[in-house]
Amino acid sequence: MFKQHLDKLTRYFFLILCAAIMVIPFIWMVSTSLKSQSAINKGSAGFLPIEIVNYIEKDGEKEYVEIIEKKENKAVVNIYDEERKHFKESFVEVSPQSIKRDTFIKFHFNNFVEAFNKVPFGRYFLNTIFVSFCVVIGVLLTSSLAAYAFARMKFVGKDAIFYLFISMMMVPQPIYLIPSYYLLTKIHWVNTFWALIVPWIANIFSIFLLRQQFKTIPQDLFDAATIDGCTRFEILWRIVLPISKPVLATTAIFALIGSWNSFMWPLVMTNSDKIRVLQVGLSYFAQESSSSTALLMAASTFTVAPLIILFLFAQKQIISSFVSSGLKG
Amino acid sequence: MNEKSKFTPFLYILPAALIVIIFRLVPITLSFLLSFFKWTIRGPEKFIAFQNYVKLFNDPQFWQSLLNTVFLVIFVVPSTLIFSLFFANLLNKTKALSGFFRTTFFVPTVTSLVAISIVWKLIFAQKSGLMNHFLSLFGINGLGWLSESRGIFDLLFGAVGINFKEWLHVLAGGTGIPFNTLYIILGGPSLALFAIIIVTVWRSLGYNTIVYLAGLQSIPDIYYEAAEIDGASKFKQFFKITVPLISPTTYYVLLMTTIVTFRVFSQVYLMTGPPVGGPLGTTKVIVYYIFETGLGEAMDLSYASTIALVLFFIILSVTLLQRKLEKKVHY
Repeated sequence: MFKQHLDKLTRYFFLILCAAIMVIPFIWMVSTSLKSQSAINKGSAGFLPIEIVNYIEKDGEKEYVEIIEKKENKAVVNIYDEERKHFKESFVEVSPQSIKRDTFIKFHFNNFVEAFNKVPFGRYFLNTIFVSFCVVIGVLLTSSLAAYAFARMKFVGKDAIFYLFISMMMVPQPIYLIPSYYLLTKIHWVNTFWALIVPWIANIFSIFLLRQQFKTIPQDLFDAATIDGCTRFEILWRIVLPISKPVLATTAIFALIGSWNSFMWPLVMTNSDKIRVLQVGLSYFAQESSSSTALLMAASTFTVAPLIILFLFAQKQIISSFVSSGLKG
Repeated sequence: MNEKSKFTPFLYILPAALIVIIFRLVPITLSFLLSFFKWTIRGPEKFIAFQNYVKLFNDPQFWQSLLNTVFLVIFVVPSTLIFSLFFANLLNKTKALSGFFRTTFFVPTVTSLVAISIVWKLIFAQKSGLMNHFLSLFGINGLGWLSESRGIFDLLFGAVGINFKEWLHVLAGGTGIPFNTLYIILGGPSLALFAIIIVTVWRSLGYNTIVYLAGLQSIPDIYYEAAEIDGASKFKQFFKITVPLISPTTYYVLLMTTIVTFRVFSQVYLMTGPPVGGPLGTTKVIVYYIFETGLGEAMDLSYASTIALVLFFIILSVTLLQRKLEKKVHY
């Protein structure tokens, strides 16, 4: 009995440890995004935005200061303005005894606004949403059509074509990145939305998933519809797709996650600010604002937030679809 | 069947087929062509046969990036396999909170590598990073996670007071292999590359744990019950029942993790440098080398394609090797 409890205890210990390792980077990201830059510069690595600030009392009011020099009988300070961003007075001489220390917790939500406005993140968001939307619609269309043919029709070279599809899609992206760049330059697609959307609107995993689903639909249903005078396309549109909604949702979620998170491709294929997507924008922001850690963490937070929120709402479906597609694919 | 219905199936697969042909088949074929030509962004200039391949063979940067990538694969793949099977096994016996654990494990999978890399770069920061803050609790101070070019084995031996380099000099004298070659290989991945390894394992752990969990749940309880009656220990049950029966899942995890690890790019691009791939090129992985060669200042499209093709054949042979291995151990 005792051994069983101990067993359970160790199991939960390891599970909680692993869960902590998985989420701590995210918690740290959010907590850092709420700190003031001066606190980060002073080496605050903890999870709470704790600030230690010196102040003097002047006419009964607190005035926050930055100590420049402190000796036994003389101290020189800079006095902060109310937001503690800039100094309103510099090199003021005060008595060292009058300097006191304040420790408090303050969440700097303003970092989010500042990061959002520092580079056109609003534009990047719109671009990403537009690209992801088009990719999702495109994938749903091409995959439903192709999967329907592969699952329900007989034609010459069906297997050969299917295996060609699979083998092409198994080739990792970096392998054909360079020739793709050359190709897109030749057709003048570099730096256009076409380059971000069109190459990704066919997806073999989606075709595969939908083909499996379409195969499970009983033949009687097709026969009945044909007798009623439905054409093949009508059967697909009116019968097959409506009863395949869960799998279509899975397909859409995959396409959305893939498109939203894709980085290397848009990094290579675009360089103008106008069509820059979120991930590339974030990476430029990281390379430019190396000094402003708080803003960078704020930007990272709002970049990952939409998908994490989506995930939390639809987690059961997302997890099971990742697993099933993996095992079948 | 009439004439019309003979061709309609092709209409259905046409949209997908067009994309596959134009944006997969053509570029992949092009990369073969590119590798045999002097080819710039304007077009082909000169047929140079195997010159790019000869250049590649004698390119120390290629060999270093290959070695870095191999280090990455050797460290990431087994750790991912072992840890994810371990956690899946724990999760499989757990009822309370199992949904909560599954969700938290899975969050990194849906998160962009860009944001993840940026966050981990700060976690590994020497002064204000969380990692060193944490390690300082155990008396380990000021590790230069992303700036340390020495290999982890060199550092480990150094920490326990063994002069690793001296031993290598002896070994080099005895075998005739140059000291530098020995040091680069036996020193192991640099601490900076090790940081990349940690991030990569962290990212792939959640997904593979869930995949393993699905595999474990498909093993019928009756096997364990029978083993229990026969008096087999939990330990024995794990190695005699779980491991063999889970081998198809293991094969899948092995294959996917290997492919994903060979193509690591974002972590290196965003966490290391400047210059990217530093310190001293110890984190320059092969995909970043392709990127740098083909799209950096040199814009050497044909040489970059050559490297990409070689990578392709490496991945292909590793995949086929694993497939052979799988057939041998499959029950």
